[in-house]
Amino acid sequence: MSSHPQAPAQESAHNTHHGHSHGHEAAHGSFKSYMTGFVLAVILTAIPFWLVMADVLDNKALTAGIVMAFAAVQVVVHMVYFLHMNSKSEGGWTMLAMIFTIVIVVIALSGSLWVMHHLNTNMMPMNPEMMKNMP
Amino acid sequence: MFTNSNLLEFIFGRLSWDSLAFTHEPILLVTFIGVVLGGLAVVGAISYFRLWGYLWNEWFTSVDHKKIGIMYVILSLVMLLRGFADAVMMRTQQAMAFGANEGYLPPSHYDQIFTAHGVIMIFFFAMPIVTGVMNFVVPLQIGARDVSFPFLNNFSFWMTAAGAAIIMLSLFVGEFARTGWLAYPPLSGADYSPGVGVDYYIWGLQVAGVGTTLSGINLIATIVKMRAPGMTMMKMPIFTWTSLCTNVLIVASFPILTATLVLLTLDRYAGTNFFTNDLGGNPMMYVNLIWIWGHPEVYILILPAFGIFSEIVSTFSGKRLFGYASMVYATVVITILSYLVWLHHFFTMGSGASVNAFFGITTMIISIPTGAKIFNWLFTMYRGRIRYEVPMLWTIGFMVTFVIGGMTGVMLAVPPADFVLHNSLFLIAHFHNVIIGGVVFGLLAGVNFWFPKAFGYKLDPFWGKMSFWFWLIGFYFAFMPLYVLGLMGVTRRVNHFEDPSLQIWFVIAAFGAFLIALGIGSFLIQLVVSYLKREELRDLTGDPWNARTLEWSTSSPPPEYNYAFTPVIHDHDSWYDMKRRGYVRPLEGFKPIHMPKGTGTGVILSGLSVAFAVGMIWYMWWLAALAFLGIIVVSIAHTFNYKRDYYIPAETVVETENARTKQLAEQA
Amino acid sequence: MSENQAAVSAENPQFYLTEDHHPENSTMLGFWIYLMSDCLMFAVLFATYAVLGRNYAAGPAPADLFDLQLVAINTAMLLFSSITYGFAMLRMEKGDKSGTLMWLAITGLFGLAFLGIELYEFSHLIHEGAGPQRSAFLSAFFTLVGTHGLHVTFGSIWLVTLMVQVAKHGLIEANRRRLMCLSMFWHFLDVIWIGVFSLVYLIGVLG
Repeated sequence: MSSHPQAPAQESAHNTHHGHSHGHEAAHGSFKSYMTGFVLAVILTAIPFWLVMADVLDNKALTAGIVMAFAAVQVVVHMVYFLHMNSKSEGGWTMLAMIFTIVIVVIALSGSLWVMHHLNTNMMPMNPEMMKNMP
Repeated sequence: MFTNSNLLEFIFGRLSWDSLAFTHEPILLVTFIGVVLGGLAVVGAISYFRLWGYLWNEWFTSVDHKKIGIMYVILSLVMLLRGFADAVMMRTQQAMAFGANEGYLPPSHYDQIFTAHGVIMIFFFAMPIVTGVMNFVVPLQIGARDVSFPFLNNFSFWMTAAGAAIIMLSLFVGEFARTGWLAYPPLSGADYSPGVGVDYYIWGLQVAGVGTTLSGINLIATIVKMRAPGMTMMKMPIFTWTSLCTNVLIVASFPILTATLVLLTLDRYAGTNFFTNDLGGNPMMYVNLIWIWGHPEVYILILPAFGIFSEIVSTFSGKRLFGYASMVYATVVITILSYLVWLHHFFTMGSGASVNAFFGITTMIISIPTGAKIFNWLFTMYRGRIRYEVPMLWTIGFMVTFVIGGMTGVMLAVPPADFVLHNSLFLIAHFHNVIIGGVVFGLLAGVNFWFPKAFGYKLDPFWGKMSFWFWLIGFYFAFMPLYVLGLMGVTRRVNHFEDPSLQIWFVIAAFGAFLIALGIGSFLIQLVVSYLKREELRDLTGDPWNARTLEWSTSSPPPEYNYAFTPVIHDHDSWYDMKRRGYVRPLEGFKPIHMPKGTGTGVILSGLSVAFAVGMIWYMWWLAALAFLGIIVVSIAHTFNYKRDYYIPAETVVETENARTKQLAEQA
Repeated sequence: MSENQAAVSAENPQFYLTEDHHPENSTMLGFWIYLMSDCLMFAVLFATYAVLGRNYAAGPAPADLFDLQLVAINTAMLLFSSITYGFAMLRMEKGDKSGTLMWLAITGLFGLAFLGIELYEFSHLIHEGAGPQRSAFLSAFFTLVGTHGLHVTFGSIWLVTLMVQVAKHGLIEANRRRLMCLSMFWHFLDVIWIGVFSLVYLIGVLG
């Protein structure tokens, strides 16, 4: 999409007030916080890969659940240590925007799955095995 | 080695002489000649009066939010004429095509017309006029000098204009989609719509969508960050509140449309199988996704209208808005609920009882905050000293009409009733009832209300009233018959009927469309007459309606910098508060004002986007590739320009403000 | 409601500022909102994958196709690039121009390595007859992963642009703000990738 290369262009002539806005910008990380985040991310990535690649658990559903749980935790880790999210940056507006987005994402994802599951069951009466194998 | 025909195919892709549809369709040929002559006349006039430099420097490259807002509104009015011409053609066709009479529009043409009508009215009339009014009013209402990202604002406008240009191009070169305004697959897939119509649709919407999304981001940042000191969230004017919610909806829903259309594009261009009938694709997924965007879109259009009515009701009743806080909460609740109802657009697709019940109930719940708003407006009017000026007439017309539309909406929200009424003219009547009665009335009220702020003179009230009565009466003549027909089971998008007993209803509806045409004509006459009588209608006070919010505290039209000194806000009716407590206009101490500088990058990028879209639509891959490369290069080059601002010298500010002081003194 | 209060508390209220007023900078907030909108685009692609991802159309399934070792290496590349971008930001705060540029260059190389591996994976799949046209599952897979890759590509172009601009003008306010925006963009892509490798690759291979 052509919107991406414009991203750096999101500058405004208003915004050349040196120093004034400095205190309000997003929080900065330190070497320690970046390293903490990195180590946590490595661990949270390695465990799910190991679980799947080494076929550790017999229960597939359980493994899938653990993988998703680790993913959720890692998202939080990235948000905190790399994106420096906290409830104070930009007067709380970034946090509010993110919470709103998460709500919409959850609605769109779970809603689509729910709706499409019903539509598939009612309008395309076949089981998942048939769906996989039907040309 | 290229043979000659290979070379031609390489250069022109699918484009050939046959694609120039107007050469063999008399209706199109006449239109084409009309457009060419009209275009030549406009270009000739601009050249004759040597206006090109003025237009380029003062308007096209301007980053001033007021000018960009005005350009949005002009674009939308031009597109309104096109969309309305489509409507008149449909009404005429349906009024005559009974029995042996085939009418004058063959199905292939009729299908393009109803698609174009929907697409243009929603994306290129309603969206630009809403964005335009927000762009003009919001920074003034919050006491800012411009939006957060002025260049981006200019770029957004030009992307919207580029989308409109792509849609207009389809009128003469090739064809438009025949799929209905949401282009459901598999009909819109490559198998059933192999021509360029759907591609015009896709690229027109995608290009305009970039502009819409970016302008949404821009206005959110503006409202959040640039409010004048003292304006806490609960002291924002109600129109600013509804604009904030609208832009939140834009940013949180247009990406969904973009992604959905990308998937359709891939199906058509790359042979993927998202929405195909075979190889695991599922067309129902498209319907699901597009309505996750589509329902919030409805509220994107209506919320600003609610804001406009709120401002107008309190101004012309001479009272504070009743229930300001409840109005804000109602707006926020509608914003969130609008994401929980999308399935009511396809109850009949077979989701089953539990899903349909859930979405039916959420839909009905939305009527509660909306109803609260109606009561708030009524209580604002109650015991007010009401002045029946044109904006107030539109508001009262809205309240009556919108309540009817809202109630038929609640009827449609009942799934069993929807099984009877879906896809019928009842539905058509319902959504025109809320969109015309709500959005169109609202924006016309807004244009009448803020026109003096934008241009320094009021619109002529006589022709304004003519326009209002023709629209209102025309609306009821045009759409009440459709409710009746819908209840009789007549379906939408049909270009020929057998049952002659239905004809009278269609004739009445066509008469209604004729009355609406008079309404639009009166509006255009109103613009011209007001311009001619502008000295008589001149507003020197800056506050022609004795209004209440901040934008009326500056001159009409406002100076480029809006406010010489940043206002301090103590109340949500801040201008009323200032007048009441003896505000004295500052006369000295002016300082240089820091302002953003204009740029032509937005125009260039939008031109390249049109070229890219044309390349993609007609399979001229070289053009698409070159244009895409051009977009990236120009964007990067733009970021190398660090000097994007300048100072209006203090002397200029003093001069402007002194002129206004003199004007005000002469008045008094 | 505040009508009486205000009248009491300020009999002679101030209605304008005589000093210059600078609104707070909006760029970071605006860019964050853009990222949220981008997030919703990915939400659609994830939803599509979640709904259509098991429609193999009698074709290959994830377990037949995905090489988890390759995905692990790719994930590592992106994770390394995230931490090196973090180092670039730390150098930037110290005002160390050459250090910033060095870490940016390393970040760019990791980004390119990621893209290279992804392109290899794609070409391998297409070569095996598992291209995006084969089934709805593969359409959804290529589109989701490819869109992420496209973002990384644009991020890399942007990174190079910024390196030129930092080299030319130094770590001035405008450039620092741009670096912060790209930082958010880059880490955001890493967050999306967590979803991709978990939902698409790991759970896909589980079957």
